[in-house]
Amino acid sequence: MKQVFKRPRSLKDVSFHFCPGCHHGTIHRLVAEAIDYYDLRERTIGVAGVGCSVFVYEYFDIDVAEAPHGRAPAVATGLKRALPDRIVFTYQGDGDLASIGMSEIVHTANRGENLTVIFVNNTVYGMTGGQMAPTTLLGQPTTTSPYGRDFLQNGYPIRMAEMIATLEGTSFCARVALNTPANLMKAKKTVRRAFEMQMNNMGFSFVELLASCPTNWGMNPLKANERVEKELIPYFPLGTFKERKGTDHQ
Amino acid sequence: MGKIIINRERCKACAFCASVCPKKLIFFSQEVNSQGFYPVEIRTEDECTGCALCAETCPDVAIEVWR
Repeated sequence: MKQVFKRPRSLKDVSFHFCPGCHHGTIHRLVAEAIDYYDLRERTIGVAGVGCSVFVYEYFDIDVAEAPHGRAPAVATGLKRALPDRIVFTYQGDGDLASIGMSEIVHTANRGENLTVIFVNNTVYGMTGGQMAPTTLLGQPTTTSPYGRDFLQNGYPIRMAEMIATLEGTSFCARVALNTPANLMKAKKTVRRAFEMQMNNMGFSFVELLASCPTNWGMNPLKANERVEKELIPYFPLGTFKERKGTDHQ
Repeated sequence: MGKIIINRERCKACAFCASVCPKKLIFFSQEVNSQGFYPVEIRTEDECTGCALCAETCPDVAIEVWR
């Protein structure tokens, strides 16, 4: 018998601190698998955002820098410019990237920095206790919007992938989900593609992954997966929004 | 024929693997693990095809698959 599935080499053999059914663990694995697939472990630098994603350095067997809240793309820009032969990626949640880090992500994308952004969108602030995020859906109750998000008071949820795709500097921009095995396989290919863009010096690549947060949604993990299908995907459609071909950039 | 090995100390009983197993071979154990969860177990290895869907969906990377 041959082993067909094992823990990726880039992922340390330790248990995750994530709640049961949280998609962060799956996303960690997909990123580690992409790093292993292209044999990039010795020259990859991760940049962790703040939130549940903050412990990237505990779980990945690569070099990781820790950025202040929302500033991971700025730190990654510095790393990539100083060490252009390294593969640099940021790992950020929606509270980090779409709220406090909105300015950094937009300008990094617009400058077309040659790095990869892994954006985990679970429509809520996870680590700090389930507060409303810019991506929280209308009507979704959170600890700071107990009666559900109301657009008159809080505005509308931001579609990050579509917005990043409009910027000229972006080379690759896609949104994927992890709720079913079929979506998961697509996500695996998309994450791989994002790293491939960076390896080919194509410029800025951005992947938004729709994740579940069973704890802060107040659901069991299977119900949370159903919510991704029924509520998240209709508002945040899946797909590749931009993919630059050839070498017409940089 | 396939074989899976579940790391029962890593399992957090989210039931993703049990929900995707095409043969419905995965069920919950009667004994808790050190994290306080009832980890999953495989009923019988004879019918496992080694499709690895359980391992792919496991958020805690607690399953290894042979085929």
